[in-house]
Amino acid sequence: MEKSQRRDAVTVRLTDAHRAGKAGAGAGGEPDGPVRDPSGIYREVQGSAVFREVRRRYRRFAFPATAAFLAWYLAYVLTAIAAPEVMARPVTGALNVAILAGLAQFASTFLLAWAYARHARLRRDPAAQELRWAVTVETLRAGGLGQQRPALTSGRPPEGQAPGIVLPGQRRRGDRW
Amino acid sequence: MHQGPAVALFSIFVVVTLAITAWFGRQRRGSTEDFYAGGRLFSPLENGFAIAGDYMSAASFLGISGLIALYGYDGMLYSVGFLVAWLVVLFLVAELVRNCGRFTLADVLVARLRERPVRRAAGISSVTVSVLYLVAQMVGAGSLVSLLLGGTDGRARTWTVVGVGALMVVYVSLGGMRATTWIQIVKAVLLMGGTTVLAALVLLRFHGDVSQLLTTAADHSGHGRAFLAPGLKYGRDLTSRLDFLSLALALVLGTAGLPHILSRFYTVPTARAARRSVIWSIGLIGGFYLMTIVLGFGAAAVLGSSAVRAANPAGNTAVPLLALELGGGSDSMGGTILFAVVAAVAFATILAVVAGVTLASSASVAHDLYASLSRRRAVGHRRSRPRSEVAVARTAAACTGAVAIGLGLLAQNLNVAFLVGLAFAVAASANLPVLLYSLFWPRFTTRGAVWSVYGGLVPALALVVFSPVVSGAPDAVFPGLDFRLFPLDNPGLVSVPLGFLAGWLGTLTSSEAPDAAGHAEVEVRSLTGAGAA
Repeated sequence: MEKSQRRDAVTVRLTDAHRAGKAGAGAGGEPDGPVRDPSGIYREVQGSAVFREVRRRYRRFAFPATAAFLAWYLAYVLTAIAAPEVMARPVTGALNVAILAGLAQFASTFLLAWAYARHARLRRDPAAQELRWAVTVETLRAGGLGQQRPALTSGRPPEGQAPGIVLPGQRRRGDRW
Repeated sequence: MHQGPAVALFSIFVVVTLAITAWFGRQRRGSTEDFYAGGRLFSPLENGFAIAGDYMSAASFLGISGLIALYGYDGMLYSVGFLVAWLVVLFLVAELVRNCGRFTLADVLVARLRERPVRRAAGISSVTVSVLYLVAQMVGAGSLVSLLLGGTDGRARTWTVVGVGALMVVYVSLGGMRATTWIQIVKAVLLMGGTTVLAALVLLRFHGDVSQLLTTAADHSGHGRAFLAPGLKYGRDLTSRLDFLSLALALVLGTAGLPHILSRFYTVPTARAARRSVIWSIGLIGGFYLMTIVLGFGAAAVLGSSAVRAANPAGNTAVPLLALELGGGSDSMGGTILFAVVAAVAFATILAVVAGVTLASSASVAHDLYASLSRRRAVGHRRSRPRSEVAVARTAAACTGAVAIGLGLLAQNLNVAFLVGLAFAVAASANLPVLLYSLFWPRFTTRGAVWSVYGGLVPALALVVFSPVVSGAPDAVFPGLDFRLFPLDNPGLVSVPLGFLAGWLGTLTSSEAPDAAGHAEVEVRSLTGAGAA
């Protein structure tokens, strides 16, 4: 529903020249599973600059943020068992370091959740949506009409070659979060 | 004489939930999509409330507040761990799982690994986690009822466990995911409402002065300032401190491996909706755990720790007693009503949680185990026979209920918080490593996945069998025997690293070449949502 309205806005085009390079790369020999990625579209997208940018943006936020909050949580737990006297030090009124650090864990969780959602909405969602649409179109073209694309050559797609794919605008109308 | 209104309110909740079940059971369409994922059309707000309703158990509501009332700061660490865990879910799991999977954890894994061995392994560990979690809730329900009815009447306990088990089977097998979700939403609203009223009454009593609340709590706890600092519960010796670290690890890593939490992400249409539901649920769950801290210190301040301990040594009655006192005492109208509300909310909480866990467990049995056992159904044929899979799932829900009732009756004397901690530890050891590896590690292979699951599951369970919980301690399951080899109550500190290590070793020793096309598919699908169910 959402997708059909966005048909006009699609900016991702996978050129024929590029497509010819990768067909046949996707058959990961699986004895008891279906043939994976029959059209090779996933390998193609994985190698594209747009996808690598989306992945880079996701990982550059999610991985350091995960490391940071896990380190902060472990520091909080380890201080409580290794140096309880530090945690017992009064700060203001009845509040001591331990209680304030616990409340700070709540605050940092809320803050990181908000920051992640904002980052994903502004920096990742639009490009990811375009890629999703491109893959859907390619998959339908390759398999939906009941015909496989011919395997012209073997081998993987040329790295980094991402013809015609441009990063769409940073913001989308009607988006929240 | 304050049980009457509580029983009445609880009966109303049961009638409402049965009506919800009947409504959604009547209009059911019988597809797997409908039964496991509620048609995937819930809004982020609805799913956020349902996630919160799935996650906030009676152990949190009664148990954590009770622990804070008895041990002060050391109890508060539970509240923090249960919330921080949601960042793992939000950053690494929710969106990617929504994009790659259909109904269960195994669906995500088989997107790039061999279907049958992986499905079987993930199915076994998911069912194990679910059953442990269910037993904890059943035992909790039994103790709650005997607390509320006064005394420890064995018959009331037994019938409560049987009744809760029967209700959850009815909810799940007749109503599927739609009914379960709405029951969880109703429960989340009731629980948040009840907790907010109580927390507001506590703060009003201390004129909104948190410092005064904490000072009074410390004074009435019998421990003075030490009540507000670490060490009252987990500070005795090195073993108890390590046990605490183990529990902290299990709590923060276990949430992302709980099958009933993972299955909630499939009930929304897109990864973005999954993300927004987690944001909603973090807000709700964070608010809830902040209020449990207020209730815990409030119970210590208003009632005093010794009164809480006298009513129940584990502190589980702290919140109901606090409600009675805040309402004006046991002879007053207000006290009776507040007590009834708290008791009914606690029952509602248990029912909603067990329904969610039962559904996840029946999905693992029918979609993973049954499908991988019956050979030819594993590939391609599933889609053509959706009705039969739902029928299997309904039967599996009934069997899960029977097993949970049986174990719940056997385990009646086990500590509820320990059982929940154990379920989290198994989820963190067996489910999380394989999930993260298959989402992020290009070289990961089928053997790595199978080793990772069993390499986390088997040590976690074995360490528990040889822990002081089972033998060699005065409060153990077999106090007369002593075959303990492992000093800690919670296995997480050892079994979680073992799960990761086993997955790594299995992959390195695997003769199978990494499936580059499979990895490309998982990576592209997980980050873009292409081809998502």
